[in-house]
Amino acid sequence: MSNNTYLLQVQELKTYFYTFEGVAKAVDDVSFYLNRKETLGLVGESGCGKSVTALSIMRLVPEPPGRIVHGKIHFDRMNLLDLSMNDMRRIRGNRISMIFQEPMTSLNPVFTIGDQISEMFVLHQKLSKRESWDRAIEMLRLVQIPAPERRVHEYPHQLSGGMRQRAMIAMALSCDPEILIADEPTTALDVTIQAQVIDLMMKLKEDFDAAIILITHALGVVAEIAQRIEVMYAGKIVEEAQTLAIFEDPKHPYTRGLLRSIPKLGQRAEHGRQRLQEISGIVPSLYELPLGCSFYPRCPNAKGICEEKPPEMIDLGGAHRVRCWLY
Amino acid sequence: MEELLSVSDLRVHFPIKKGILSRVVGYVYAVDGISFTLKTGETIGLVGESGCGKTTTGMAILRLIEPTCGKVTFEGRDVSRMTKSQLQSLRRQMQIIFQDPYSSLNPRMLVNEIIGDPMDIHGVYKGRKREERIAYLLGKVGLTPEQGRRYPHEFSGGQRQRIGIARALALNPQLIIGDEPVSALDVSIQAQIINLLIDLQGEFGLSYIIIAHDLAVVEHLCDRIAVMYLGKIVEMAFYRDLYRDPKHPYTQALLSAVPVPDPRKARGRKILTGDVPSPINPPPGCHFHTRCPQRMEPCDKAEPVLKDIGGHHEVACYLY
Repeated sequence: MSNNTYLLQVQELKTYFYTFEGVAKAVDDVSFYLNRKETLGLVGESGCGKSVTALSIMRLVPEPPGRIVHGKIHFDRMNLLDLSMNDMRRIRGNRISMIFQEPMTSLNPVFTIGDQISEMFVLHQKLSKRESWDRAIEMLRLVQIPAPERRVHEYPHQLSGGMRQRAMIAMALSCDPEILIADEPTTALDVTIQAQVIDLMMKLKEDFDAAIILITHALGVVAEIAQRIEVMYAGKIVEEAQTLAIFEDPKHPYTRGLLRSIPKLGQRAEHGRQRLQEISGIVPSLYELPLGCSFYPRCPNAKGICEEKPPEMIDLGGAHRVRCWLY
Repeated sequence: MEELLSVSDLRVHFPIKKGILSRVVGYVYAVDGISFTLKTGETIGLVGESGCGKTTTGMAILRLIEPTCGKVTFEGRDVSRMTKSQLQSLRRQMQIIFQDPYSSLNPRMLVNEIIGDPMDIHGVYKGRKREERIAYLLGKVGLTPEQGRRYPHEFSGGQRQRIGIARALALNPQLIIGDEPVSALDVSIQAQIINLLIDLQGEFGLSYIIIAHDLAVVEHLCDRIAVMYLGKIVEMAFYRDLYRDPKHPYTQALLSAVPVPDPRKARGRKILTGDVPSPINPPPGCHFHTRCPQRMEPCDKAEPVLKDIGGHHEVACYLY
């Protein structure tokens, strides 16, 4: 395999959760790649496996009940799944870092922002306490936190939600990572604050030359910042394409349904009210996935074979891949 | 259309108490003087960011929170002066749907009991009639009578929200207040509930007050929209005017901040700096002046009043 061309390559990843109710196939045969300096959107609804995919890359899947049962994650000629926990710790937070949805729960409430950011420098770059502290202030300034010399001494609860997310971003970028995984980074924020954070992330991406995996359910957010998109449904990637292709020429009935079902800003004011096209039914339980295609019970284009056999990923050319029997 | 509900100068100030004597040391000005009217069959949207007072407004209208002052009239009757028993009979007319379909249904009650409970409390629809009504309501929200014999945990988020809607409809209300009715739901389920709300409005002639932060959802659902900031309405207009030609700098910023699911659209963003100030010490003058890109001379001194600038487009800003 030509692992060197991609910055990160996930192959046939399967992460299952073993619970009393049975085996939940949270991530089931997921393969994708990430180019250098690229922003990749991982889109899907709750429970589709997008966050578990990210946790698998970081090797942070809670074990038990979770377990990565199969697959490879290539990064810099290594398979991350083969690394010892010690080796992994050198990569995590240093070369691949992650920011989470709720900054309040991912920052430690009993340490100051400065303690938490400077720790990154002490740990990964072996800087002295004083140097680390200066760098922490520098990072806070970079993420546009006003009066960083003062804020660095504050505790997470003293910051607003948007400010906390900025501090998280500062921490995640402090070691100049090659990959930044952002799991719903703006979902908990208000619209005007969300706009600030998205803008900041885009600006920093340029400055830091990092690739971003953006995990979200918000189609508007990925449309604005991702170059390519992976659409996930019930543990599988169902479509992969350039952002423009996903929005203008979606192939999978699920992707099409999703795009048609959201009200778009300004649409009613310009064109009058059109009925939203709903996707019927509900997301299937991961414990009782349909035998064939997982989307088959809700699919408007379902036919006989969909019920019997799960479709394979089909390459449609032009870096557009889809998992559907229509093609 | 006739006027169903009128809110005038509604204020809700929560006291902040400190010390062993619970001395009042200040107030949270959650809702600070808002007025609007709602016609029969109309949908009004209350939008704004967290902490702007939109939910408190909804609660104060229903008197689930006691307003500090102001007047709410429903069909000409003064809600703010009603006694408890008068209020109870009024609540048949005004119902609420909550944001979180997980915590707003009693997990120990069967769905049939949840929907039948308001009927028992108000002593309407007894015996056979009650059962028929429950089956009818379940059908209206897209559930089967068999599903009425299950517990809430057996349902998905979207289905639970349907149960919450059926409960709200149980007593044939005229007004339903929806507090973020779809924001906890998955994208593919939101459309189902939005369509259901529109269908039910057409069928039963309901009036809605929809409280939401998602501006696209509010545009789709509402006839008129009030934009709130720190306890006040800063702009109110028909949906078409508000989305095509927003007047208040805050509304403009809010609309331009919404990420649009269309990669070709140029993003002419007006990014606001800073955070929403605390409602404990709201800035003097116009509450928005600390973040406003078009701040002028009087903004930090005197507060602009909400005034009609033509075509029922109201805005509280010195630019107009």
